[in-house]
Amino acid sequence: MKQLLAFIRKEFHHVFRDKRTLLILFGLPVVQILLFGFALSSEVKNIGIAVLDNAQDNNSRQLTDRLQTNSYFLVKPAIHSYPEIEERFKKGEIKCALVFPADFSADMERSGKAQVQVIADASDPNTATIAVNYISGMVNSYLQQTRPAPHLNYQILPQLRLLYNEEQNGSLNFVPGVIALIFMIVCTALTSVSVVREKEMGTMEVLLVSPFSPIMVLVAKAIPYLVLSIINFILIILLSVYLLDVQVRGNFLLLFGESVLFIITCLALGLLISNLTNSQQTAMLISMMGMMLPTLLFTGFLFPIENMPIPLQVISRIVPSRYYYIIIKAVMLKGLDFSYIWKETLVLACMSVGLLGIALAKFKTRLS
Amino acid sequence: MPAVSLQHISKTYNKGTVKAVNSVSFDVNKGELFGLIGPDGAGKTTIFRILTTVLLPDQGEATVEGLDVVKDFKTIRRKVGYMPGKFSLYQDLTVSENLTFFATIFKTSIKENYDLIKDIYDQIKPFSDRPAGKLSGGMKQKLALCCALIHKPDVLFLDEPTTGVDAVSRKEFWEMLQRLKQQGISILVSTPYMDEASLCDRIALIQNGNILSVDTPQNIISNFPAPLYAAKAKNFYQLLKDFRSDPAVESCYAFGEYLHLTFKDAGNCDQLMQQLRDKYQPAEFEYKKTVPTIEDSFIRLMQQTIP
Repeated sequence: MKQLLAFIRKEFHHVFRDKRTLLILFGLPVVQILLFGFALSSEVKNIGIAVLDNAQDNNSRQLTDRLQTNSYFLVKPAIHSYPEIEERFKKGEIKCALVFPADFSADMERSGKAQVQVIADASDPNTATIAVNYISGMVNSYLQQTRPAPHLNYQILPQLRLLYNEEQNGSLNFVPGVIALIFMIVCTALTSVSVVREKEMGTMEVLLVSPFSPIMVLVAKAIPYLVLSIINFILIILLSVYLLDVQVRGNFLLLFGESVLFIITCLALGLLISNLTNSQQTAMLISMMGMMLPTLLFTGFLFPIENMPIPLQVISRIVPSRYYYIIIKAVMLKGLDFSYIWKETLVLACMSVGLLGIALAKFKTRLS
Repeated sequence: MPAVSLQHISKTYNKGTVKAVNSVSFDVNKGELFGLIGPDGAGKTTIFRILTTVLLPDQGEATVEGLDVVKDFKTIRRKVGYMPGKFSLYQDLTVSENLTFFATIFKTSIKENYDLIKDIYDQIKPFSDRPAGKLSGGMKQKLALCCALIHKPDVLFLDEPTTGVDAVSRKEFWEMLQRLKQQGISILVSTPYMDEASLCDRIALIQNGNILSVDTPQNIISNFPAPLYAAKAKNFYQLLKDFRSDPAVESCYAFGEYLHLTFKDAGNCDQLMQQLRDKYQPAEFEYKKTVPTIEDSFIRLMQQTIP
């Protein structure tokens, strides 16, 4: 026991004296959360738009005002002629233009039908579609509010409800994904160099000629990273809750326990890599490059697994982060309890035990 | 029972293509300071690794304190102290942290065996808060020795402990080994430096994985079979070439500023030496009869094994 404590203390010294490791451990998650939260967003906001108002009447002005109060659009100075539209598009100043014909209101009064032209820059089809949809929605609602159609007696009005994320806060989608990604990469990468570093530095040779047991080495190597990863987890949750407005709906203790389990799975994987490789470079390459792509692809937060071909779905079943992503979404966003996620928990637990077992079996008690 | 015993130990690398150690046998007696002397690549480190149980031999048997290096490796690992050739402590831990760590994993404490390491540790104590990686070469070796000694091992394995260490520190290091020997610890030490051989009780000369000779340094020197002459001249290289091609000369090699040579006919060497001088007439020629060193013996044994 005293041996183990001395070993763990030594590992803590290694971690705390290696500034680069600390930077990776704490810098990476914070940067990722902030990046995904503020800089990289799939929501379309602040679409540059300009209005060519040939009508200059009451209706066209009111519609323009509505545009201005809408946070999705950033209304640029008005356009005065048709050729100017293309010019502004080419400058990249606007992504969308709205054109009112000269007799906009007159048409509306007379025939009950008026036209507006919406021109969008479809070199980015996503933004273009969204912008066009926003505008048509806006025009429709304007029409309904100002002139309720009296002649239509039958109307179907779909009442939309977006469950679990009614405000459509984009952070809700990526926070669980990023947490899974961070643990999968940071924990695995950092532990994957821990044992192999001793081999490379030659300290393993001295360690071997001492009365230590392999399990002690593995446990001692894992504990500092486990502790730091837990701190990391709390940090990420705090950032998500207070900075990105993501609420933890489920039981926090359950979320915490599941996260610790997932961290242990990742650490076990890292230790296994460390035991199988002979240089820090190889270990880092396997854990960073080798883990990054499967984690991104098969966790399910970038690409839905249900849409993948069967072989890829099968592969996704061996990626631990896939299960954690299901768990964390269930607990954090839907507020479900343990009975809904026991299967995934069991898979992760089995993976941890299995990986640790293989790592222990592969621990070389002699030099190559 | 010898402290260490090897019987026909062989080891190859790369699936048998590289022969590292070839049927090596020797014993190290209890309480002995035994030197394994040979150039780089002779197989010294391989022997150390087999004896410290971190490498398995291909053939042969070896025991440490009567324990088999393959079967009883766990017990051996508790009983021996090992200092590998490459500095193998934690460079980012301080001197005292390294020592405490090794003391603890051997289930002892610095206090318990302080008297054993006191002489050595006192010298590095002023730097006890310095990271081990920032110590000088000699200091590193002293710390490594402390760490290898902290659990009071029965046998101490020191693989090239003085390589890369300055002359003064080397001398100090050997004095420490003498003191440790008096404490009853058996020591197996390897070195490429021939001048350190005479400081051992017994030595084994090793070359290309083969043991050339095992004896006390004195015996190895006195077993040198022929009178040895040292000679030099203004044109050193010409002299070496002439002597080597001369039929009367058995062997001739550069040794510091002199040539060392022996004759095939060991009977009247003085006369032969004069004949050589008359034959080649080298400028500024001088010669003398000289006492052989371990290195002379080594070179001679080496030439005998390589036809």
